[in-house]
Amino acid sequence: MEVRVVNVRKEFERFPALHDVSLDIRSGELIALLGPSGSGKTTLLRLIAGLERPTKGAIFFGDEDASQKSIQERNVGFVFQHYALFRHMTVADNIGFGLKVRHGAARPSASEIRRRASELLDLVQLSGLEKRYPAQLSGGQRQRVALARAMAIEPKVLLLDEPFGALDAQVRRELRRWLREIHDATGHTTVFVTHDQEEALELADRVVVMSQGRIEQVGSADEIYDMPNSPFVYSFIGESSSLPVKVDNGEIWLADRPIGLPASNAASGEALLYFRPHDVELLDGCSGCIAGTVAASRRVAGTRRVELEIGGERQRVEIELPVDHPAAQKSRVAFRPRRWKLFPAS
Amino acid sequence: MTTAPAQAGWRFRQPSVIPGFGLTLGFSLAYLTLIILIPLSGLVWRSAALGWTDFWAIAMDRRTLNALEISFGAALIAAAVNVVFGTLVAWVLVRYRFPGRRIVDAMVDLPFALPTAVAGISLTTLYAPNGWIGHLLAPLGVKVAYTPLGIVVALVFIGLPFVVRTVQPIMEELDKEVEEAAATLGASRFQIITRVLFPGLAPAIITGFSLAFARGVGEYGSVIFIAGNLPFKSEIAPLLIVIRLEEYNYPAATAIAAIMLALSFLMLLVVNLAQTWSRKRYG
Amino acid sequence: MADPEIKSYEPHHESLSAAVTESRQVKAVLMAIAFAFLAVFLLLPLIVVFHEALAKGIGAYTEALSNPDTRSAIRLTLLVAVISVPLNVIFGISAAWAIAKFEFKGKAFLTTLIDLPFSVSPVISGLVYVLLFGAQGLLGEWLKAHGIQILFAVPGIVLATVFVTFPFVARELIPLMQEQGNGDEEAALSLGANGWQTFWHVTLPNVKWGLLYGVLLCNARAMGEFGAVSVVSGHIRGLTNTMPLHVEILYNEYNAVGAFAVASLLASLALVTLVLKTLLEMRYGAEIAATRGH
Repeated sequence: MEVRVVNVRKEFERFPALHDVSLDIRSGELIALLGPSGSGKTTLLRLIAGLERPTKGAIFFGDEDASQKSIQERNVGFVFQHYALFRHMTVADNIGFGLKVRHGAARPSASEIRRRASELLDLVQLSGLEKRYPAQLSGGQRQRVALARAMAIEPKVLLLDEPFGALDAQVRRELRRWLREIHDATGHTTVFVTHDQEEALELADRVVVMSQGRIEQVGSADEIYDMPNSPFVYSFIGESSSLPVKVDNGEIWLADRPIGLPASNAASGEALLYFRPHDVELLDGCSGCIAGTVAASRRVAGTRRVELEIGGERQRVEIELPVDHPAAQKSRVAFRPRRWKLFPAS
Repeated sequence: MTTAPAQAGWRFRQPSVIPGFGLTLGFSLAYLTLIILIPLSGLVWRSAALGWTDFWAIAMDRRTLNALEISFGAALIAAAVNVVFGTLVAWVLVRYRFPGRRIVDAMVDLPFALPTAVAGISLTTLYAPNGWIGHLLAPLGVKVAYTPLGIVVALVFIGLPFVVRTVQPIMEELDKEVEEAAATLGASRFQIITRVLFPGLAPAIITGFSLAFARGVGEYGSVIFIAGNLPFKSEIAPLLIVIRLEEYNYPAATAIAAIMLALSFLMLLVVNLAQTWSRKRYG
Repeated sequence: MADPEIKSYEPHHESLSAAVTESRQVKAVLMAIAFAFLAVFLLLPLIVVFHEALAKGIGAYTEALSNPDTRSAIRLTLLVAVISVPLNVIFGISAAWAIAKFEFKGKAFLTTLIDLPFSVSPVISGLVYVLLFGAQGLLGEWLKAHGIQILFAVPGIVLATVFVTFPFVARELIPLMQEQGNGDEEAALSLGANGWQTFWHVTLPNVKWGLLYGVLLCNARAMGEFGAVSVVSGHIRGLTNTMPLHVEILYNEYNAVGAFAVASLLASLALVTLVLKTLLEMRYGAEIAATRGH
């Protein structure tokens, strides 16, 4: 099922949580909503689920306008951050709940419900725990039961709110791989919310980066990482350095010197230059490059990070050097970004 | 004192740097023993001294049985009424926002704070045939004051806060996500309330019920004014104890008190066991 | 890591209404039923007290209150409260200190014993003292021989009141002090304070609002107790009649204005108690948090 979010705006007591957000989710896709807290990612997920109603705009499931439908009619599978399992029901009853509350002919027989529940327990690798209560399960097991419960109603879309947020690191990595496998096996259109970029980039087909109630960028992990389209994405995803520069005559200038980067398409004037610390080319002499004094240096795994002080303004930027690079304290290093992007100065 | 090895075994208390254990525990135990334990064991001793035949004769006396039946029966009905309305009041206070909510919330504790004798005479005045409520009910042929129904009314008044105050905090802790989860799975509002919320509240409701019930069984002050106190009809067990005392019939008073105590403790024990069981299971 | 997410989740809570709440009509009906129930069972009885007290005008009201027997009932009630509340405060603090600050065998059992008086009928609470000190009681002969009067006198009334109000202070303080832990006390001791100094300067200020809350409830019950006191008092006018007992006597003599006038004082006491209790909960909710729900 494809899902389209069209010009959705959401306000909570006049406070806007989402500004005019549009997003196309392809059928069968595994998509991540990534952003810091307060970016509106959970609100967007809850709007798709029908747990909230948009102040403006519409949400389509296929060709149907889902915003007219109640949450019960939407048929979405929602996995809550803290699982929200029914404490007084066994695992099997939790999973069967969505089928049991159906009316008339839509409700499968008791034996059919039991069969479906144990099938789903197989899928989430928890067979044999039918009779347990949620209190008797570990965090990871609860997470799996919550997913099985959401899938039991054969949802059009599967929505997960911070699915691994409450688990410890080890279980998290395991469940991440496992969720990908389940998704590939079942083919549900799946949207999950996370504030962990590693999780989003590793797991999702496409990542939606959000900030302050807006979508900043939508794209594959490679696109997001290699071609960030805003200063926010640059600094939120991975590491980045930035320098205030000037554009003049199709060239980029740092203070009074050109740094050897062409900017033929950029408008003249003040700008910010963004690049990745590891994506730089080290130079010997410096005519048309960035040069600075090493102010601090630290060892990070297989590389060395140095902080350079640049120019009279003493702007600080970080770049990565090979461990065996001779740059010590106070020595000068010259470099030029290999991949970079200019943004207008705010 | 030398440091004992860790495997020294039984130890009355864990070591601590904080002083005053002996003084405070000693004083507390002495006070507890003098005020509560000795007087209560006096009751047990007196009823044991009665001998089985006498005890049985008093217990099986028709007036005793009737009084016990009225006390326990009225308390049971009143507690059931309070379960319904107390849960509703708690729901309204927890879930809905309306002006004056704090005042209504504070009012719920009135029966805790209002002396029972005051409640008794005021309810009687209210439900007497010429009272504000009584005169509305009289044309319908409903008599409240001076009938067993009056006992129930008084016990509803007394028991209400027990149910509200037990259910309210649990309701406040209910996780909204659980309701949302049920809604996304297709459950209607009615199904969510009956299948998801209510079972979650059941332990608290049962506790509230038993507290209101226990209090109702022993209640005296508010009931004796409105009950009419007709032997065999509207005479409660605590009143019968007082009557026997006034007749200097100590054995009878003691026996009735012992029966009441035993029944109350039995019920509290059952409720405690049920709660422990439910905590183990549902966490 | 879950923390910032919970914060961003906050605004949803109030505005969930769309997904999981009753419709406007159902809400209105439920609220109407609840309010009607509360009005009939709580508000009307309270109003009736003042209405009946003033039924014959303010003159009759003040006259009823200036009756010497009424005066002596008020004095006795105050006397009983002044003796029994401090006794239970001392016990409550001492029991809370022992139970909250130390780990020892039988602690849970002791805590249960402290709650015992709540599950005993007031009449039985009075009865046990009659069985102990009455003419046919265990100590009756001995007391008579030594000319000591406990039953049908102030000591008996105080004892019965102490019995029924026994748990109030202790059960407020125990959970509160348990929650606060021993850290502050250990710090004070390490700085050289002795036990009493630690208690006065560290523990007591930490629990003062909880203590006040307990005292408030204890006092309300002490002044209002009827059943237990009725059994041990002997109902001697002007001597062993507390206010609640005096209400009963006046009411049974068909002196409605008199009965309700005294009752109105007790009802005012209840209202003051409720107001103070609510203020304490609003202001110092966190410091008496452990007490919510009794």
